Amino acid sequence: MNYGPPRKVAVVGANRIPFARSNTAYAQLSNQDMLTATLRGLVAKHKLEGETLGEVAGGAVMKHSRDWNLVRECVLSSGLSPATPAYDIQQACGTGLEAAILVANKIALGQVDSGIACGVDTTSDAPIAVNEDLRAILLELNAARSNVDRLRTLARLRPGQLVPEIPRNAEPRTGLSMGEHTAIMAREWGITRLAQDELAAASHQHLGVAYDEGFEADLVSPYLGLERDQNLRPESTVEKLAKLKPVFGGEDGTMTAGNSTPLSDGAAAVLLGTEEWGERHGLTALARFVDAETAAVDYVGGREGLLMAPAYAVPRLLDRQGLKLQDFDLYEIHEAFAAQVLCTLAAWEDPVFCKERLGRDAPLGSIDRDKLNVRGGSLAAGHPFAATGGRIVGNLAKLLSERGGGRGLISICAAGGQGVVAILEK
Amino acid sequence: MSDTYSQLVNNPVGGFVAKNLGLPRPVELDRYEPGAPLIDGRVLVGAAPGGRCGEAVAAVLAEAGTPVDSRLDDEVREALGTASIDAGIWNDEAPGAQRWKALVFDATGIPSSARLRELWSFFHPAIRRLEPSGRLIVIGSPPGDCDDPAEATAQRALEGFVRSAGKEVRYGATAQLLQVAPGAEGRLGSSLRFFLSPRSAYVSGQVARIGAGRDVPAVDRDLPLHGKVALVTGASRGIGSAIANVLARDGAHVVGLDVPALADDLERVVEPIGGSAIVADITAADAPETICDALEREHGGVDIVVHNAGVTRDKTLAGMDAERWELVIAINLSAEERINAELLARDGLLREDGRIVCVSSMSGIAGNAGQTNYATSKAGVIGMVEAMAPALAARAATINAVAPGFIETQMTAAMPIGPREAGRRMNSLSQGGLPVDVAETIAWLAAPDSTGLNGNAIRVCGQSLIGA
Repeated sequence: MNYGPPRKVAVVGANRIPFARSNTAYAQLSNQDMLTATLRGLVAKHKLEGETLGEVAGGAVMKHSRDWNLVRECVLSSGLSPATPAYDIQQACGTGLEAAILVANKIALGQVDSGIACGVDTTSDAPIAVNEDLRAILLELNAARSNVDRLRTLARLRPGQLVPEIPRNAEPRTGLSMGEHTAIMAREWGITRLAQDELAAASHQHLGVAYDEGFEADLVSPYLGLERDQNLRPESTVEKLAKLKPVFGGEDGTMTAGNSTPLSDGAAAVLLGTEEWGERHGLTALARFVDAETAAVDYVGGREGLLMAPAYAVPRLLDRQGLKLQDFDLYEIHEAFAAQVLCTLAAWEDPVFCKERLGRDAPLGSIDRDKLNVRGGSLAAGHPFAATGGRIVGNLAKLLSERGGGRGLISICAAGGQGVVAILEK
Repeated sequence: MSDTYSQLVNNPVGGFVAKNLGLPRPVELDRYEPGAPLIDGRVLVGAAPGGRCGEAVAAVLAEAGTPVDSRLDDEVREALGTASIDAGIWNDEAPGAQRWKALVFDATGIPSSARLRELWSFFHPAIRRLEPSGRLIVIGSPPGDCDDPAEATAQRALEGFVRSAGKEVRYGATAQLLQVAPGAEGRLGSSLRFFLSPRSAYVSGQVARIGAGRDVPAVDRDLPLHGKVALVTGASRGIGSAIANVLARDGAHVVGLDVPALADDLERVVEPIGGSAIVADITAADAPETICDALEREHGGVDIVVHNAGVTRDKTLAGMDAERWELVIAINLSAEERINAELLARDGLLREDGRIVCVSSMSGIAGNAGQTNYATSKAGVIGMVEAMAPALAARAATINAVAPGFIETQMTAAMPIGPREAGRRMNSLSQGGLPVDVAETIAWLAAPDSTGLNGNAIRVCGQSLIGA
């Protein structure tokens, strides 16, 4: 392939619905309902009715098999031209940001001029599958050629096979939940309960202020009676959080429901394009999507923590861009768990980690914590897995736009020992 | 040499009774087995800001492949990272169930009494997490090498800390202070390895001064004395026989020496270890010449001389005849002086990196009723070691002393039960040492990489309550 120099990619818009706690406001909704509503809101806000975009990329982590073409189905109801192509991707909690990287790369290469990156998840409308044994019997039944064969197959049915397969929030290779994995990390890095609760309280307070000051007004579209994220507790304090019992890491664990993200439902989307495309459509660039990196770690055979991959991805991205960790005005680190954020920050400050695991002569150093998740994070907003990337990209783009300049870092950890990170600039 | 009391309190019933009566409960100490790792467990390391020895500590731990932890904000992590140690993190505010076999703290950065708090900060949350036969090691500077009086004061203060900590740690754990002279950081290795390992089982509450020394070729950790010739006086029994065996195990060719009356016993010691024997009475006028001739003739020189031969002739001074006095002084002190003089008079007989190790005694430090002769001789040994150290250094050699406390031998087994039990229990480890514990300490001082140790007197006494 023969390309010209990469083109600049702008984040020109964002929209999401308020995130709801599992089995509450959106309990009766499907992924398709929520993502369609989110795309319609984005289209309406940016006057894209009937427009043909380069592509729409997105996905869901918890997905029914019938939703194999989820994003395309949503696009057909979004108000965009039906001629807009779409595809599904899935990279656990990195889905939303990875979708943005894919669209941004195509724009940079000149393959498309515009696109939407999106993600949606529901833990209320979770796919429940038939038991593996039952599935095997049903498939055999379908393949049977005679009634005798059919009867013989049916005779193998047992009551226990009627127990359904319910999706679990556990790593297939370790059997440990993400929370248990993070509890191991928290212990390895000596992360205290207090530090986690402080981060959680700050997240709620910051997001509360963001809503009060109207920062979220053009990022979040009210939906089904929700105007704010349902998990948000602006009055949250360290003292209140300290009362909660540990839920991961045993009795003397440090992780609680307060400093871990709750299961939640929601969707988010961001609009990307060249600056010229934006101008043609009367849209101003909020920020530039500069570069991104994805890393994975061996959390199964190696001794690395499940959610430590961003700690590897960021330094590689910094090196490629010739930047230091301190060269940012804003940091958006996805708060899957407060402990994940604190482990990541500790790792970058640790000479041993930076030398032994990253092969660097000096630690990356610390960041100014006043620049971290300044408008709240996933602990306050909630974390519908695939929707978080869109929430964070939209959030940071607006922050940079309001500042009138600057540089921001996004870091998102994902199941399977993965991490997706990106840089935005204004 | 059975210690019935130890056996008793180490069974469940005896242990319960001893615990409730507040009786000492000695544990069986870890002891070195050839091929075993340096230390069997994790090591927590830390450093006061500005410490000099982090790299030397890290080098020892990296080579041993020992799992290491430190606090996240501890400066020592720089050194650990540089040494390619993937060190874990410990935060005393989120302590978990972590335990360590050793706690190592570089206190060389402590410049004043106010900063002694660094000691407390490091050890306070961790000391209860020390495993049985654990090691508490503080690394400091020799106060005499500190220009600033405030620094000298703080560095001298470390001694009191270590000696008290040695009395607090339990289940066979020990505590030491290693004083490393500025510029001698590279010489720390042999001493740190010794005090981390089970080789130092019965040594506690000691201060080892590590000075400049000189560069020596790399040492084979399994056979540190490979190619060395070691003379051991009084080798036919007890501690002497243990010394011969340990030096041979570490690779040395052992030349055992004893009096004609014990020639058969001597042969039984040196024969299985492939050693040689010199039968001589060291108090004879021509003994130094005879011994040096034999070493020159048979071995072309000697690398290690262990002055172990010694006798007791106990009597209170009022009841002591001149013969008892003369004999003890002659064997325990004068003979050593005369052999050393002859050794050093002959050019090259004591080869480069030569090591002289003299067996002193706790009595020589603390004194003991009925042992004016013996204690005089053994204190004299320490004086000789201190006085000769500069001359030995000038010849690229060293001289040091070990001072055993209560060691389980045939001699102590024959003691009346009162003094014997008192001797066994009145130390931090609540038990007597074994001859091998003295031998291991001598092997450490005799090793080529112990080049920084010169003029030291190290007690092998389980930190006896008697004496400094």
